[in-house]
Amino acid sequence: MWDYSDKVKEHFFQPRNAGVLEGANGVGDVGSISCGDALRLMLKVEPETDIILDAHFQTFGCGSAIASSSALTEMIKGKTLDEALKVSNQDIADYLDGLPPEKMHCSVMGREALQAAVANYRGEEWSDDHEEGALVCKCFAIDAVMIEDTIRANDLSSVQDVTNYTKAGGGCSSCHEGIEEILVKVMAERGESFKPGTPSKEEAKPAGMTNLQRIRKIEAVLESVRPQLKRDGGDIELLDVDGKTIYVSMTGACAGCQMEALTLQGIQQKLMEELKEFIKIVPTKAGALSRASCHV
Amino acid sequence: MTGIYFDNNATTRVDPAVVEAMLPYFTEQFGNPSSMHSFGNKVGLAIKKARMQVQELLGAEHDSEIIFTSCGTESDSTAILSALKAQPERKEIITTTVEHPAILTLCAWLEKDGYKVHYLKVDGKGRLDLDEYKKLLGDQTAVVSVMWANNETGTFFPVVEMAELANAAGAMFHTDAVQAVGKVPLNLKDTKIDMLSVSGHKLHAPKGVGVLYLKRGVRFRPLLRGGHQERGRRAGTENTTSIVGLGKAAEMAMEAMAFENTEVARLRDKLEAGILAKVPRSFVTGNPDDRLPNTSNIAFEFIEGEAILLLLNKFGIAASSGSACTSGSLEPSHVMRAMGIPYTAAHGTVRFSLSRYSTEAEVDRVIAVVPEIIAQLRKLSPYWDGDGPAAEPEKAFAPTYA
Ligand code: FES
Repeated sequence: MWDYSDKVKEHFFQPRNAGVLEGANGVGDVGSISCGDALRLMLKVEPETDIILDAHFQTFGCGSAIASSSALTEMIKGKTLDEALKVSNQDIADYLDGLPPEKMHCSVMGREALQAAVANYRGEEWSDDHEEGALVCKCFAIDAVMIEDTIRANDLSSVQDVTNYTKAGGGCSSCHEGIEEILVKVMAERGESFKPGTPSKEEAKPAGMTNLQRIRKIEAVLESVRPQLKRDGGDIELLDVDGKTIYVSMTGACAGCQMEALTLQGIQQKLMEELKEFIKIVPTKAGALSRASCHV
Repeated sequence: MTGIYFDNNATTRVDPAVVEAMLPYFTEQFGNPSSMHSFGNKVGLAIKKARMQVQELLGAEHDSEIIFTSCGTESDSTAILSALKAQPERKEIITTTVEHPAILTLCAWLEKDGYKVHYLKVDGKGRLDLDEYKKLLGDQTAVVSVMWANNETGTFFPVVEMAELANAAGAMFHTDAVQAVGKVPLNLKDTKIDMLSVSGHKLHAPKGVGVLYLKRGVRFRPLLRGGHQERGRRAGTENTTSIVGLGKAAEMAMEAMAFENTEVARLRDKLEAGILAKVPRSFVTGNPDDRLPNTSNIAFEFIEGEAILLLLNKFGIAASSGSACTSGSLEPSHVMRAMGIPYTAAHGTVRFSLSRYSTEAEVDRVIAVVPEIIAQLRKLSPYWDGDGPAAEPEKAFAPTYA
């Protein structure tokens, strides 16, 4: 059984503003009968002020569809049309103290009915680009259509990519098999095959920063730790940056001692915070060798 | 009254006598039946007894044909995967569009591995076309898996006859009989059924125990390999308490068989007639002339099933629905869709499934409550207008992106 909030239950058991509204001058019919949820929203709008004097609904749907409809009518009564249009589906869900992920589409439907009813009142044509797919990721309420579209639009090729772009898969990870299946399908469309273990786009090419900017940032971080190193009689120098691997050389008292590893760890942490991405800091061969001799 | 439970096809209450039979095996008789001491020995004997009780209920020829598993789903998976492994030259499966997900999801997964799965269609009453079936059977058919009775409508499939046909074609025949066992007299020794799945919790035994019936001589490849339990056909330490419980439940089901088919059927018929008489635009789905004695599936047009269940629950009545929302999917029940029930009715289907514990008073109460609930929800429905559906309901309400 769904974990409905008390507020949802209350609006389901005692729906407000249910039934036909006589004299309605804005009506929106939206929903999908195949999915089992559809709603007619009826508005009575005062022409001079654009204020919604009354709002009623009729709903073919489940408990949360009825509750969302009821909540919506309560939320928009007394508002002007423009104010009412600011109500988002999240607002509807919040008004009801939340909806289960499988049921978030009920609040989306409420929001769309509102747009349709306002368009109808204004004599405009309302068309909807909304397409709903099967729920794939329950942790974040992301459906298959959304994942497919995102993979297509951004040429994604790993589960990690999908998580970075849509959040899907970022929680319990039980939906990874489902996400992989979608990747297989969409990648086949563009003539590629899905390979598990493909590095994500983020790893391959950090977004939002040119290489130069990135290197300057890295230098700045190293600069900031240099005084401390110098105090201990050592120094650090940037040698190269290759993707997420940063090569440095440690000199002076730091090089090769056991402290080197600890120091490097600290610097790596700092770099990650600054660059907002995962990086690996690697001391040069010379450093690595001398460290090895340290342990003998 | 502490609530009316009319959802016995989902799961059943464990009979108190079953619990009593189980209890000693938690604390006093806790031994491992494989052990070489008297702690284990007594438990081994108890399992032997349970095996014979189940054998009796199924009408199996040998008690060694009974393999205890963890549930119906495990039995289904074991049966089908075994049939494929044992006959690698055969690459096709025949099943139906209305099977339980335990079969359909597995088949969809096998399709990805290159197996060809044929899904037999059903007509408006949920019946198969045996001519279609005969045409599909051939030397490529590894296994046929057809349920004995449908879980949503209770409709029977002619599995005994279908098993004969499969046998003649050299294919194995499996049936998911989790809904039928305990409600239908079985005599497997006189059939050509090779494998059959049982689920304990559908017949007043606990959850977490099932049976795979495997006819002697049928080639078998175990799913779980390891110890020698169940003669090496299902490794893993036996769930002794639940097996003992299932044995007891099987014995009791045997005794109650006549009652299920007379008294329970009478109550079901009364419930169904009572509701249909009082609720306009409602109808029975499936085949009322050939179905389980305890099941009634009624479609209430123009409203949605989850909403019906929530209101029933408020009155302490438990049932289930084929609506999309109750399962969190985008489509109403695949069984209703397969029978061609329109969306406006498929979402409003409610399954009432009784048991031998259901009473006349409960039936009367449900008959009294249901019409009110339906009327209340129809008042909210855009397809409804006053006392009846809007004239031409599909035109009166045609939402965007329907
Ligand atoms: S279901 Fe997608 S992360 Fe949990």
